[in-house]
Amino acid sequence: MTNLIRKLWVPVMTLMAITGMGQMPIFKRYYVADIPGLAWLGEPFTVHWVHYAGAAVLMFMVAVITIRWFADREPLTTSGTLRITLLALLICTGYIRVVKNLPDIHFSPTFTMLIDWTHLLFAMLLGVAALWSARTGRRSYTKQTESLRRI
Amino acid sequence: MTPPTGTHMRKHSVIESTPNSPLSRRPSFSRRSFLKVFSAAGAAACASAAKPAEAQNTEKQEELMTVLDISKCVGCGECVAACKESNAHKYPTVRKPIPKMFPPRVKVEDWSDKKDVDDRLTPYNWLYIQTAELEHDGEDFELNIPRRCLHCTNPPCANLCPWGAALKEDTGIVRIDEDICLGGAKCRTVCPWHIPQRQSGAGLYLDLLPRFAGNGTMLKCDRCYDKIAEGKEPACITACPEDIQTIGPRSMMIKHAKALAASMNGYIYGLDENGGTNTIYVSPVPFEKINNAIEKGRGRPNLAPVKNSMANEETLTSALIAAPLAGIAAGVLKIFSDARKEKQND
Ligand code: SF4
Ligand code: SF4
Ligand code: SF4
Repeated sequence: MTNLIRKLWVPVMTLMAITGMGQMPIFKRYYVADIPGLAWLGEPFTVHWVHYAGAAVLMFMVAVITIRWFADREPLTTSGTLRITLLALLICTGYIRVVKNLPDIHFSPTFTMLIDWTHLLFAMLLGVAALWSARTGRRSYTKQTESLRRI
Repeated sequence: MTPPTGTHMRKHSVIESTPNSPLSRRPSFSRRSFLKVFSAAGAAACASAAKPAEAQNTEKQEELMTVLDISKCVGCGECVAACKESNAHKYPTVRKPIPKMFPPRVKVEDWSDKKDVDDRLTPYNWLYIQTAELEHDGEDFELNIPRRCLHCTNPPCANLCPWGAALKEDTGIVRIDEDICLGGAKCRTVCPWHIPQRQSGAGLYLDLLPRFAGNGTMLKCDRCYDKIAEGKEPACITACPEDIQTIGPRSMMIKHAKALAASMNGYIYGLDENGGTNTIYVSPVPFEKINNAIEKGRGRPNLAPVKNSMANEETLTSALIAAPLAGIAAGVLKIFSDARKEKQND
């Protein structure tokens, strides 16, 4: 299963990044949604649903990896700790936003804005951290084994 | 306000008030009693401040709802004028020349020289009167329907705003912070009635990348949130000579709307639309017929049935709860099966 997760990790994270960016109405503006097969990126509700569905897949993968990590307790690398922290913050703010979108639940305007902005900020920081790790050969999350490498 | 064409009055009323009919009495939550209702709610809030935290958590302030009896609207436009006058200080200041957009397919929307337009929703006209001439049960009607944001209970405009500029308050008011809004108009796209209206050349985007991101600021009825905060009622309600609007706590207003509809053998719109709104229209004529008779288009919303826009998100939330639990179960099973295999190999 870890192999499958390893294969799915980058595509799922890419989907989350694209649908996350797609929450801003930029794909229609900049002709991306005009590309055959990508019209859905210009549909606000579809992009929102795909972001939710992608998040569910991601949460399944994160849960499996977390349980496995608790079993092995392999020490994390610095770059691994950084990316995992940012991902955890991204997940927390994402879940808060999901709860806010339920009927009868709403948060104060300031808190909502704080969640929106920090979710965006953590996503950008995670993107930068992921690129930096890849470019400097710091892809591994753990120090000892290959089991979680490059996920 | 340009005088609407025609008399804009019901040609034949189906509700002839008799001394004992529910309509002959003032609705229990008339605009004049709003302050009482609202200050009572305020007093309850103050009283709860003195209670232990535990007790306070269980007391939730009810959202405000308005009920519009469109059988009484004469289309005089007093409400439209009052809205403009009362909210003029919130209208955007446009910096000209408005930057050209990139790419050129992005169009500037400038209403700053057309502030007097009042036959549709614009950034400077948050309320307008729709007219429907129709026949129902052998009677002719000319109905006037004041149209503005319905203040949805789970508003897609606020939920899908990526920037936190569109928001819902505890009072149930849905409004857009014009200082934060970038004018991408996603709120208008996802609103089933396409209510928010854009004014280019104003707002935060001018200080960021004006040519490349954003396109102004979005404006719509904010239910006079500043007046509500002071315990006053919205300007359009105060101004109406026919007292067609009633405002109060949601549960009371629902009862009032249902009783009103029953009294005129009428119909309601807004209670279930888009998963529920905090505006209910009550009419003696089915809304399907009204929807066919009104002029619809940009800035002129329909009165058609509307499904809950947020229904899929609500379903997907269950998947978001189930997914990590399934992942934990799968991870634990894998650990046990790996351990068993290792044992067998030994
Ligand atoms: S009517 Fe439209 S603008 Fe008003 S709260 Fe509902 S979705 Fe938002
Ligand atoms: S509630 Fe206030 S902002 Fe909304 S239409 Fe009435 S006067 Fe205008
Ligand atoms: S002021 Fe009252 S009667 Fe006149 S148009 Fe507005 S809602 Fe109708």
